[in-house]
Amino acid sequence: MHASVRPAVSVNVNPPTVTSGREAATPASMRMNINKLNFFYGQKQTLFDINLGIATSKVTALIGPSGCGKSTLLRTFNRMHETVRGTRLQGEILLDGQNILSQDVTLLRRRVGMVFQRPNPFPKSIFDNVAYGLRINGSKLPIAEAVEKSLRHAALWDEVKDHLHKSAYELSGGQQQRLCIARGLAVEPEVLLLDEPCSALDPISTAKIEELLVQLKDLCTIAIVTHNMQQAARVSDYTAFLLMGQLVEFSPTPQMFTTPSDPRTEAYITGRFG
Amino acid sequence: MNPRLRWRKFVSNFMLTLTGVCAAVAVSALFFILGYLVYHGGTSINWDFFTKLPAPVGETGGGMANAIVGSAKLLLLASLIGIPIGFFGGIYMAEFSNSSVAFVVRFAADLLNGVPSIVIGIFAYTIAVLPFKHFSTWSGGLALGFMMIPITLRSTEEFLHAVPRALREGSMALGASRWRTIMSVVVPAAYRGIMTAILLALARVAGETAPLLFTALGNRYWSPGWNQPTASLPAMIYSYALSAFEDWHRQAWAAGLVLLALILIVNIFARVILARGAAVPRS
Amino acid sequence: MERHFERDLNELKERLLWMGSLAERAVHQAVHAVLDSDEQLAKRVLDEEDAINELQIEIDDRVVQLLALHQLMAMDLRFVLAVSRINNDLERIGDQAVNIAQGSQRILRHPRVKPYVDLPRMSEVAEEMVRDALNAVVRRDVELARKVLASDDKVDHYRDQIFRELLTYMMGDSSVVFPAFELILVAKNLERIGDHATNIAEDVIYLVQGEDVRHPTVDRR
Repeated sequence: MHASVRPAVSVNVNPPTVTSGREAATPASMRMNINKLNFFYGQKQTLFDINLGIATSKVTALIGPSGCGKSTLLRTFNRMHETVRGTRLQGEILLDGQNILSQDVTLLRRRVGMVFQRPNPFPKSIFDNVAYGLRINGSKLPIAEAVEKSLRHAALWDEVKDHLHKSAYELSGGQQQRLCIARGLAVEPEVLLLDEPCSALDPISTAKIEELLVQLKDLCTIAIVTHNMQQAARVSDYTAFLLMGQLVEFSPTPQMFTTPSDPRTEAYITGRFG
Repeated sequence: MNPRLRWRKFVSNFMLTLTGVCAAVAVSALFFILGYLVYHGGTSINWDFFTKLPAPVGETGGGMANAIVGSAKLLLLASLIGIPIGFFGGIYMAEFSNSSVAFVVRFAADLLNGVPSIVIGIFAYTIAVLPFKHFSTWSGGLALGFMMIPITLRSTEEFLHAVPRALREGSMALGASRWRTIMSVVVPAAYRGIMTAILLALARVAGETAPLLFTALGNRYWSPGWNQPTASLPAMIYSYALSAFEDWHRQAWAAGLVLLALILIVNIFARVILARGAAVPRS
Repeated sequence: MERHFERDLNELKERLLWMGSLAERAVHQAVHAVLDSDEQLAKRVLDEEDAINELQIEIDDRVVQLLALHQLMAMDLRFVLAVSRINNDLERIGDQAVNIAQGSQRILRHPRVKPYVDLPRMSEVAEEMVRDALNAVVRRDVELARKVLASDDKVDHYRDQIFRELLTYMMGDSSVVFPAFELILVAKNLERIGDHATNIAEDVIYLVQGEDVRHPTVDRR
């Protein structure tokens, strides 16, 4: 008899923990809902019958070739399209169930913030940049505390804490973009929109901001436009593919990039057309 | 070297020399004037010049204290009129108007800028002197103010336009109203340019003579308040230079020197401000 | 800077190692079902088969996702590819253990053919190969992997020996053919387990050094 006294297993492992990765199921709640959205620039229609949901506390990416309308669509989420003359919108956009088109636009923009493609800090100090939104909209915390909190959330605090009164223009490009993120976060928005936030940055800064976005999910819902679909694959939970103003496919990201349902999506993702 | 090439070289060198000479003439004109002023007026610049009133006709000595104060009052009033109107008008044009309105206003401003100063003077005379039956400081300030308006308006508009659209978008995306965006972000971004333009406008109207001849006229004594005619540096130069008195001639030169020095200082100061600090973010 | 996909890579590794420990346990229990004529052990192996197969499917899913969503390079890429291959070898090891367990159930119905001498030695070597291969994966230990590669000959040698011995028994006494044949199959299964452990070791060397050491006779020019 060879009754074994050795342990049954040698490789000392524990059963694996339950995954906290990206879920494939339909999300429990949508922070924003876009219904039958049609968009016109003068006489020309640029978005056709868009129906989409932005899931709460997740990252949703909008991808597609140049000119497909993804930036246009993103800008309707906080009514920035109204700053351009000649634009017209049909359909409804709901934030927590209420139509944003009938709300006061300045209140809306406090709840839905935006970070732009090129960093655009104000010609003020780092502190004043972050405090700007707080001074306009009021702040629950004392301003200095709120500024520190935002800069920490944007992973910039350690780099600037001793230089808060220096001009924002002395920061590098990647730092300026994180400053713009901190500025947007300061007013504690429910949704943060990012329009190709990394396209003007080098790869290391891009990687830092991507990691930041994954962490910021818990703080606010995120919608990001990117022309780099690998970036969408890396950071987003849901991806929407737009082509010539139409929403071709909207799926959980793992599904979109492994088994897309629409052949046009597959052609774009495999790089068969740009 | 063949003749054709030689000819071309000759032409090239000739033109180079010619253009250089023209540039030199332009620069030397300034230095010539400056030199002339310093030479002729330098000796009359003394403490008296700045502190004493003009001496009675025929006597030597005295100064231009009243003219200096008078010019200062006129410029103050001109600023109070020209700066706000120009500044806010410029804001309207840059931020709120559509392109057709802006075109009309711009055209009008350019025309006003081109109106001869003497015509402005006559206009001011007609509306500010005739009805009241006497010359006054405030009518002079009014005339100078009119001249400042187009300059300030156009430059405010230009510098505001130069502020990148992205800054406005950034502010509006944070929930700021249009006005808040303009005053807190756009104007601070453009203020160096605007301030420079205002200073240069001031320097320019400081030397205008024609309008003053119809409005503030002149005064051999202090001019209290705003309702009396007042002496001013340019007007003094005008009357002293054409007079028969040697002493007065020298004092005119001195006044000219003071004016030129003022303009020079303002120009240098303005350029220093503009150069120091970029209002545009680095990429 | 830590990237968020590292968490996914770690979870993948966790699952692979867990699967390895299940496979190792299956082999050990199956072998002792034969050696100790223990029916309980055999049953346990058959019950635990599903867990291993489920893990194989889950690991493959995760591999596809990792490759699609992250542009893995260098060590990360080789790691994921190695995991994909090791995954298959572990599942086969599990299958072989099941075969051994089923064989043990059939052997139990007959009296023992002969005292087991070589079989326990062979099973020790095979189990050690599996254990060492898995440890090599955990520690990324190339030396240990090479040791596994060297042990393959030993296992093959034992198999041949057992074949010859049992053939002799079968030729001498026709009543022992059934159990003896089953024992030959068990030896065959153990030899296959050794082969799979060898594959795993080759994958470890690929993972760590980027060197493909399979099929040394193939001309790589």
